[in-house]
Amino acid sequence: MITVYHYMLLSAILFSIGTFGVLTRKNAIVIFMCIELMLNSVNLTFIALSRHLQNMDGQIFVFFVMTVAAAEAAVGLALMIAFYRNRESIDTDDFNLLKW
Amino acid sequence: MYDYLWLIPFFPLVGFVFNGLLGKKIKNEAVIGGIGTLMIFLSFLVSCGNFFTLLNDSQKVHQQVIASWMSVGNLQIDWGFLLDPLSALMIMVVTGVGSLIHLYSIGYMHGEVGFYRFFSYLNLFCFSMLMLVLGNNALVMFVGWEGVGLCSYLLIGYYLEKKSAGDAAKKAFVVNRIGDFGFLCGLLTLFWALGSKGVWTVNFVEIAENAHLLESGGLVVTVITLAFFLGATGKSAQIPLYTWLPDAMEGPTPVSALIHAATMVTAGVYMIGRMNGLFAMAPDTMMTIAVVGAATAIFAASIGLAQNDIKRVLAYSTVSQLGYMFLAMGVGAFSAGVFHLMTHAFFKACLFLGSGSVIHGMHHGYHHAHLHDDPQDMRNMGGLRKKMPITFITFLVSTIAISGLPFFSGFFSKDEILWWAFGSTRGHWLLWLVGAVAAGMTAFYMFRLVFMTFFGEQRTHAKAKDHIPESPLTITIPLMLLGALAVIGGYVGVPAILGGANHIHHYLEPVFGHAIELNQIAAHGSHATEYTLMAVSVGIAIFGIFLAWVMYIKNPALPARFVASFTGLWRTIYNKWYIDELYDAVFVNNCKRIGLFLWKGFDVRIIDGVVNGLGWTTRTIGSGLRFTQSGFLHNYAVAMVVGVVVIVGYYILGK
Repeated sequence: MITVYHYMLLSAILFSIGTFGVLTRKNAIVIFMCIELMLNSVNLTFIALSRHLQNMDGQIFVFFVMTVAAAEAAVGLALMIAFYRNRESIDTDDFNLLKW
Repeated sequence: MYDYLWLIPFFPLVGFVFNGLLGKKIKNEAVIGGIGTLMIFLSFLVSCGNFFTLLNDSQKVHQQVIASWMSVGNLQIDWGFLLDPLSALMIMVVTGVGSLIHLYSIGYMHGEVGFYRFFSYLNLFCFSMLMLVLGNNALVMFVGWEGVGLCSYLLIGYYLEKKSAGDAAKKAFVVNRIGDFGFLCGLLTLFWALGSKGVWTVNFVEIAENAHLLESGGLVVTVITLAFFLGATGKSAQIPLYTWLPDAMEGPTPVSALIHAATMVTAGVYMIGRMNGLFAMAPDTMMTIAVVGAATAIFAASIGLAQNDIKRVLAYSTVSQLGYMFLAMGVGAFSAGVFHLMTHAFFKACLFLGSGSVIHGMHHGYHHAHLHDDPQDMRNMGGLRKKMPITFITFLVSTIAISGLPFFSGFFSKDEILWWAFGSTRGHWLLWLVGAVAAGMTAFYMFRLVFMTFFGEQRTHAKAKDHIPESPLTITIPLMLLGALAVIGGYVGVPAILGGANHIHHYLEPVFGHAIELNQIAAHGSHATEYTLMAVSVGIAIFGIFLAWVMYIKNPALPARFVASFTGLWRTIYNKWYIDELYDAVFVNNCKRIGLFLWKGFDVRIIDGVVNGLGWTTRTIGSGLRFTQSGFLHNYAVAMVVGVVVIVGYYILGK
C-alpha cells in the first residue's frame, strides 16, 4: 500500500537532490534544472497532501507554481543567452563582478 | 489727512527697494541720491500735513490700521499706526533732519564705491525709525526697534574693507541685543501682567487705558519698567551699555549725525515717553532712570574732555546729552526730555555734519598732498575758520546751543531739565548738581573742540595746508538750516518764568498730562529759586567756556603742563576710564572662553563625536561585512540554504 508518507519521502528525496545540485554544480543550466526539480518536489507534496486531506486548495497552488516555473524558465533561459553572449560561458564562477 | 499716515514710512521703503535693487545698475549718483532724498522729503511733506492737521484738531489720538498681523484667540495685533502729539513731533524730527542729512550725504559720499548701498541703507533706516515711532502697538515698535539696530549695524560697517569698522558694527549689534533682551522681557511681562487682569493687548492706547489695573509702585510694574529701561539703555547708549556708541563713529559722518545723534539713539527716550503711564507708576524705576541718566551725563562728559578725535568728542557728548534726556524722564519731566530730544537733534546733527564738513575738507587737503595723516584728529586742525566760514559759523552756533548759553535752543531745554531735576517731586538737589557740573564740562569740551579746530595756528601739514576748501552747497545748505534750527528751535519751549508760553509743554500735555497728574508729579519752587538755578547753570557754562579759552587760545602751553602734572588722571580719562578694558576682562573674554569651550569642548568633542562616531561604527561594521559579498553564486546559495535550514529547524525543534 502506497501511503501519503511514501509520497512525502519521495518528495523530500527529490528536493534534497535538487538542493544538492544547486549547491555543487557550476553550469547555470544544470543549476536551473535543479531548481525546477525542487519546485516539482514541492508540487508533488501539494498534490499528495491535497488528496490525503480531500482539499482542492493544494492543487490550485500547484497551478500557480507551474505558471511561475514556466515564467522562470523563459526569463532564466533568456538570462543564460545574455550571459553567454557576454562571456562565452555559462559557468557561474565567471560571473563574479558583483562583490567587494 | 490721517488716512495718509501709512505713506510716511512707505516712501523710504520704496527708496530702499529702488536703490537696493537698481542702484548698482544705475551708477548715476544724482539719480540715486536724488531718489533717496526725494523719498524722505516726501515723507517729510506728509508728516508736515499730519502734524499741522493734528495741531488744529481737538481729537489728539488717531490710529490707522493697515492690516491684521496676527489674530490669536482674543488677542489681535495689527500693522497699525498711532498719531498723537508725541509721535507727530518725532516724525517731524526724523523726516526733517533725515531729509537734510540725505541731502548732505549726496555731497559727502560723492565718489564712494558703495554710494547706492549707502542710500538704500539710509532709506531703510528711515523706514524702520518711522515704524518704531508710528507703531500703534509694542510689537510694531519692536519691528522698528530691531530694524534701526540692523541699519545701524549695516551703516557702522559701511566701510567693509576696514576691520575696525566691522568690529565696531559687531560691537554695536551685540551690545544692542542685550538691550533688546530687556525690551522683550518687559514686553512679555507686561503682556502677561495685563493679561492676567483680563486685558490681552500690546496696543499702546489700550495699555495706557488699562495701566491702572496694575498696582501703582508695585513689584510687577517696577520689573516691567526696569526691563524696558534696560532696552532703552542699549539703544540710547546709557550706562552700562553705552560703550558701542563711541565706536560707532567708524561709520560715515552722516550716519553718525542721523542715527547716532539725532534719531535712533533717542528711541529709548521716545519709548519711555510712549509708556509714560507705566513709568510714572514706578517711582523706583524713575529714580533708577534719573540716577543712571545723571551718571551717564557726567561720566561721558568727563571722557569727552580729553579726546582728540573730533567725532569721538561729539560721540561722548551725545552719550552725555542722552543722559540729560533720561535724567528728565526719570524726574518726571517727560515733556522737557522730549523737548531736549528735539533741540539736541538739531544742534547735534549740525555739529556732526559740521565735523563731517571739516573732515571732508581735511581729507581733500591730505588727498591733494598725498598724505595719510588722520583727517579726524583735532591736533592736525586749527585756524580753519577762515578756510571754512559757513561750517565755522554753523558749528559755533550749535556749540553755543549745546553749551546752554541763553537764548539758544539748548539753553531752554537743558534749563527745563535742570529745574525739574531740582524741583520735581521725583527730583533731588544732587541730581541737579551733577547735571549742572556736566553742563559745565559740556561747555568746556565743546569750546575746546571749536578752539582746537577753528582757532589758533593751523597745525595741518604744510603741504596740505592751503588745499582745504569750503564744502559744496549740498553740504553747507543742511548745515545752515540746522544751524538756524539750533538757534530758534528752543523758542517753542520758552518757560513761563522768562515770559514764554512753553508751547511744547502744552502741546505734549495730552500725552503726558494724565500720568503726571495721576502720580502727583510736579516741580515746586519759588521764582527766586528758579532764577538762581538758571543763573548758576549759565554761570557754570560760561566758566567752562572761559576755561577752554584760557587753555586753548590764551595759553596753548597750559594743557601740556596740566597733562604733565596730572598724568595718571589724564591717562585714565584719555583711555575712557578703562571701561572697555574692564568689560573685556569681565564679560567679553569670559563669554569668548565659554564660547571656546562650547566649540572645542562640547561641539567638536561631543556633538561632532557622536555624529562621527555613528558614521565610524557603521563604516567599520560595513567594511567587515562586505567580505561576505564574495561574488560567487554558490556562496549565496549556501547562505540561503543554511538560512532556511536554521529557520525551519527552529520551528520544528524549537516547539
